Amino acid sequence: MSEPTSALRLDVYKTYKLFVGGKFPRSESGRVYEVTDRKTGEWLANAPQGTRKDTRDAVSAARKAFGGWSGATAYNRGQILYRAAEMLQGRREQYTAEVAVSEGLTAKKAAPLVDAAVDRLVWYAGWTDKVAQIAGNANPVAGPYFNLSTPEPTGVVGVVAPQGGHGFSLLGLVSVLAPVIATGNTAVVALAPGAPLPGLSLGEVLATSDLPGGVVNLISGRTEDIAPTLASHADVNALDLAGIVAEEGPASAKDLEVAAADTLKRVLRPEPASHDWTTAPGTDRLLTFLETKTVWHPMGM
Amino acid sequence: MSSSPLSTSGLAASGLAEVASSEASLRRFLHGLPGIDAVGLQARAAGLGTRSIKTTAKAYAIDLAISMIDLTTLEGADTPGKVRSLCQKAKNPDPGNPDVPHTAAVCVYPDMVPFAKEALGGAPINVAAVATAFPSGRAGLPVKLADTAEAVAAGADEVDMVIDRGAFLSGRYLEIYELIAEIRKACERPDGTAAHLKVIFETGELVTYDNIRRASWLAMLAGADFIKTSTGKVTVNATPANTLVLMEAVRDFREATGIQVGVKPAGGIRTTKDAMKYLVMVNEILGDDWLTPDWFRFGASSLLNDLLMQRQKLASGRYSGPDYVTVD
Repeated sequence: MSEPTSALRLDVYKTYKLFVGGKFPRSESGRVYEVTDRKTGEWLANAPQGTRKDTRDAVSAARKAFGGWSGATAYNRGQILYRAAEMLQGRREQYTAEVAVSEGLTAKKAAPLVDAAVDRLVWYAGWTDKVAQIAGNANPVAGPYFNLSTPEPTGVVGVVAPQGGHGFSLLGLVSVLAPVIATGNTAVVALAPGAPLPGLSLGEVLATSDLPGGVVNLISGRTEDIAPTLASHADVNALDLAGIVAEEGPASAKDLEVAAADTLKRVLRPEPASHDWTTAPGTDRLLTFLETKTVWHPMGM
Repeated sequence: MSSSPLSTSGLAASGLAEVASSEASLRRFLHGLPGIDAVGLQARAAGLGTRSIKTTAKAYAIDLAISMIDLTTLEGADTPGKVRSLCQKAKNPDPGNPDVPHTAAVCVYPDMVPFAKEALGGAPINVAAVATAFPSGRAGLPVKLADTAEAVAAGADEVDMVIDRGAFLSGRYLEIYELIAEIRKACERPDGTAAHLKVIFETGELVTYDNIRRASWLAMLAGADFIKTSTGKVTVNATPANTLVLMEAVRDFREATGIQVGVKPAGGIRTTKDAMKYLVMVNEILGDDWLTPDWFRFGASSLLNDLLMQRQKLASGRYSGPDYVTVD
């Protein structure tokens, strides 16, 4: 018996799948689309073409997960995000290859972007138990009351992942996703249709990081199917349009904002397509998807 | 042997009145019912669940389903306040939308009946009370009769009783027949009218489809107005397949006797899609005669919110969420 020679061995291709409710389903439509190398145009993989129905299922999963995730201690959320960073670090080679083909970079240039994504997860992991200190307050009031404001998560947040800018495919995705879930929101993410592979693989990292199913849901497919579904859905509380590029039509920022206004959603407007995702993020995204609860408590009783 | 509680001539004319004359003849009859092909039954139920119902038909089905709901709260933690808010919801399921139909009934424990009657006022919504040591049915006959009498005296329009599954599984059919007949008598009011009697089988505990068919015939022979699948308190509640057995039984019973009996699946029906599968089954197996709140009911609590959300989606074009319906 000899080892099979490499010439005889069949390639085993990875079936990329959606990440919804902690599971990896195919699209309910059964459809896929071809993902190609950014630089050479060569076929890389078939990605599931997530539909409006897939998106609605993801919203239900995110809503179901919200109670548990928003009720978890900030310390626990931080641990889980840190764990995700560890898992991402452990699969650095795979992500480097996926980022390289997704953004048309060499492996040498892609590797620091993966490292930066790991660091960003760690950075947001540290923020989970500190955000209440900067967004909350003990307010001075003219009466015998303690008056305390505390930040609470908004709810289910629809996120349109970045479609351009240096490091968008993984670092950009992590930069928009981590601040949403760090504060206790749950997310439904429309991945960049041209570069979904790092995002679809990120689901595998999140699934093995003790992140409860449904906290993050990743859908690849046409932005004009997924984004309007999120914008008009009454069970989505906020919308991050980071990756919107269309100027006109149903997937344009204007149309999405109009649809979102119908159900009174908090909306974060698109980032410019040239945004450099390696720059320090600041706390803006972290503080956007929070609602302030203020409690009056009588003094001296 | 107590006398048959039925005054209807249908049963006598069909010759079925005699089957309960002794334990042996009752067993002979029930075990002589044709056996059920479980695989075929499940395939039939699954097949009927694949219909696609859209637009105006869906709008009709949603409103029909709302009007068929027995809005239920059967918790140890029920309070008069919770029952009152349930009754408000039964009267006006979607406060922002007065053209939504009211539900058929509210279903509560017997001690909550007075609060429900008061909260419903003159609204054409029945109050159903679960009686006979619900949900286990593990109590002596006097206790069960007193439980039922209390509910009826408090003004319950319908009584949901449970059968003794232990007696059924050990083959003491006549005992159950007599229990149902006694409870039926306890449902009578001084003015000569009677509360509607629904008999719960707890199909999840009857093990086989053949047993469910036997229980259905047994309850109908004993004079049930409605037969109901489950209490909602065990792991397996209403499923399309076991409800299909009940439907076939009431269809065959009317064919044999001319007496129409209602069907109520209860427990585990949470989504509009589920509800519509049941409505399709009613339409296919039983026909229009049963497609009214008088002859078909859903025992449910969370189903109503899902129906309302689907209704809002049809009206507005936007998918709705739990923020837009009342919290129970």
